[in-house]
Amino acid sequence: MNFGVQGAKSMSMPSSSASWKSGDGVSDHFPVGLRVLLVDDDPTCLMILEKMLRNCLYEVTKCNRAEIALSLLRENKNGFDIVISDVHMPDMDGFKLLEHVGLEMDLPVIMMSADDSKSVVMNGVTHGACDYLIKPVRIEALRNIWQHVVRKRKHEWKDLEQSGSIEDGDRQQKPSEDADFSSSANEGSWRNSKRRKDEEDQAEERDDSSTLKKPRVVWSVELHQQFVVAVNQLGIDKAVPKKILELMNVPGLTRENVASHLQKYRLYLRRLSGVSQHPGGLNNSFVGPPETPFGSISSLNGLDLQALAATGQLPAQSLATLEAAALGRSTTKSGISMPFMDQRNLFSFENPKLRFRDDQQPQLGNNNKQMNLLHGIPTNMEPKQLANLHQSAQSSFRGMNMQPNSNHHGNQSSSLLVQMSQPPSRPQMFNDTNSNHFSMIPSSIAQPTLPSGMGSGVLARNGIVENARGAIYNSASQASTMVDFSINQNTDLPGNGFLLANNAGGQMATVASKGLLQEEVTSEMKGSRGLAPSYDIFSELHQHKSQDWGLPNVGLTFDASQHSNMRGGLDVPPSVLVQQNNVQNRITPFGKAIFSAAEESGRGNGPNIGQQLDTLLAGNSLRVKAESLPEASCQNTLFHEQYNQEDLMSALLKQQEGVGPVTNEFGFDGYALDNLPV
Amino acid sequence: MERSQMYRQLANVRKALFDQGFLDEQFVQLEELQDDANPNFVEEIVTLFYRDSIRLIQNIELALEKSPLDFTKLDSCMHQFKGSTTSIGAKKVKNECTQFREYCKAGNGEGCKRTYQQLKKEYAVLKKKLEAYFQLARQIGPVDGACRPK
Repeated sequence: MNFGVQGAKSMSMPSSSASWKSGDGVSDHFPVGLRVLLVDDDPTCLMILEKMLRNCLYEVTKCNRAEIALSLLRENKNGFDIVISDVHMPDMDGFKLLEHVGLEMDLPVIMMSADDSKSVVMNGVTHGACDYLIKPVRIEALRNIWQHVVRKRKHEWKDLEQSGSIEDGDRQQKPSEDADFSSSANEGSWRNSKRRKDEEDQAEERDDSSTLKKPRVVWSVELHQQFVVAVNQLGIDKAVPKKILELMNVPGLTRENVASHLQKYRLYLRRLSGVSQHPGGLNNSFVGPPETPFGSISSLNGLDLQALAATGQLPAQSLATLEAAALGRSTTKSGISMPFMDQRNLFSFENPKLRFRDDQQPQLGNNNKQMNLLHGIPTNMEPKQLANLHQSAQSSFRGMNMQPNSNHHGNQSSSLLVQMSQPPSRPQMFNDTNSNHFSMIPSSIAQPTLPSGMGSGVLARNGIVENARGAIYNSASQASTMVDFSINQNTDLPGNGFLLANNAGGQMATVASKGLLQEEVTSEMKGSRGLAPSYDIFSELHQHKSQDWGLPNVGLTFDASQHSNMRGGLDVPPSVLVQQNNVQNRITPFGKAIFSAAEESGRGNGPNIGQQLDTLLAGNSLRVKAESLPEASCQNTLFHEQYNQEDLMSALLKQQEGVGPVTNEFGFDGYALDNLPV
Repeated sequence: MERSQMYRQLANVRKALFDQGFLDEQFVQLEELQDDANPNFVEEIVTLFYRDSIRLIQNIELALEKSPLDFTKLDSCMHQFKGSTTSIGAKKVKNECTQFREYCKAGNGEGCKRTYQQLKKEYAVLKKKLEAYFQLARQIGPVDGACRPK
């Protein structure tokens, strides 16, 4: 099956929003090469489905046990574009797998069963499956699985483009409007939209309680820490990408990667400094109430965290953790990086989450439980509370990756991240899976000039969107594509969203960063993102909508047992993020395409990038949106349950797009499946 | 001539299987998957099915011997088995599975056992028929072992 090439080809052109859309600007080969991971305990079905998928020219990897599937996914974060799994399996329930995937990898998951009873199908929906196929499955049904991917990406792109339009006021509500983040170069609106989306995401996340946040991979905590160290060494004013790159000395990382990350970081810092206190009222409802004014909560908490982070009171790790928690990603990796945004989130989440997490999500597994990175549930925590939380979180997490890359093994839970109320588990979770340390980002994002409140929101939103998209792609391709700055050379990857943002010219940067931020935010929530974009988003979220942002995740987490778990898959838009560890050097076609597109756009095609990202993200966001926030205030958040991390993004996106939740739900995009060994 | 006769015979056998309700549309899906790269795909799948379903059948049988009957478990075992039979298009067997599950839901142990016996019978009959069918197809030769409806 050919794959990979097409994506790159098509993506390289910064066609407006088309690049990732199916058909538009995409190579004719799409969806050829979509990398599918097939899981079914029945060997007969497995063989038949494999043949069918092969006939559709997809790349298929089959396995008959969910555990094997998960380990394959973890080893190859970007190795797959989509997962198809049976519901009834002896070793693990299909929905549980869905949750794991959602949390950790943010991939679209299609469930199958001979059981067509409404309750089971509903379960699939609530868990965030992007589609549900009744057995016997016909080849026609499989032929179209790619549409979900494309649709999602498309939505993301669109959202990115539109995002500028959201007003501040919207933030509070769950914006169902179209993704604010569409591109508007308008910072304010961008932020708004982003924020709104974040809120939506949060709300959705919360509601869904599917704490699945899929780390999008990208700037892992460690990587970000390295980045921050380098920047600090040089001095924030003098920190230029080239020098940073040299200082970091990470193989495979390009100057562009650093540049875009730096941009985000700057935005983030700026945001931090400009963060205003929002009245908190947050009571973190993350337990559930979707509506709670996300913004207020998040903003408060976010601010606190950020402030704390900024002042260095909080240990980097804490921040990272918090961030991770907040984001729902496995953070814990980069203490520092959790730039403020994350911290805020973490903070808020941690508290409530801790409570919840313990009981819920048993299924997620240890990691999950631990992760409890609240996505963004902002809580008005005082700095010391934060510290306390942090500590408790830390102690409670066994696996928390406080240290970079410490826990990868536990990954499953990471993806759940934020959602899970338990902070400990979350950070861990995220890290594990992708080693994307999302947390790193926050600090950098502050830099951008976006106005603290709105701007960042918008940015974040966009960022998220972008990330989401990127993430989606990345997630799809899973291990292979994610840009692994640290490891791979192929920068093409996932980081695209991020890169795009960064690379884009000034104009684009805004958009891109917005997109990225959004992703990040989302991913932060989810925990998977890791790129700078999230910083902004994060802070934005916190500031304005933080609560949504966090909350949705929270909600999701709690429901770990429920469907939301699966959602995690999508959550993290961070496709763009560079995945530190797992990148297998396989760049999914999409990833590549994105990357190339990003690069090209970066050269100055602001709008294009946005579009590209949009497309990328659209795919992701679609998914996310659809599934995740059922109740989130964001009306249209279509969060796919799988996309926990992306939920935010999608929420954001949705807002912008005004997409109805359900429609996209089942649109998991099938990503090309790399040749993963079964 | 012989070959064309064989083709015709094969086609008839195949048609009968469908007409008599042994096979359904899903079987056609399998046939359509067969290609040059996998010329005996259908046979392989059926073989795999019969091999793997042995343990599923055994599970059901064991569960049926317990007293009292655990209908949830029975239903679950049957669900698995049904999934398999559905995927190869074994229509009659599948119908028995459905019936069995109905009895499970109703808590009708006797009904389950009766249906199970019926199911085993259909299962065995189909196996024989398909074996004969594939044997005939193989005789005809690698090319077009099975007549595919177009």
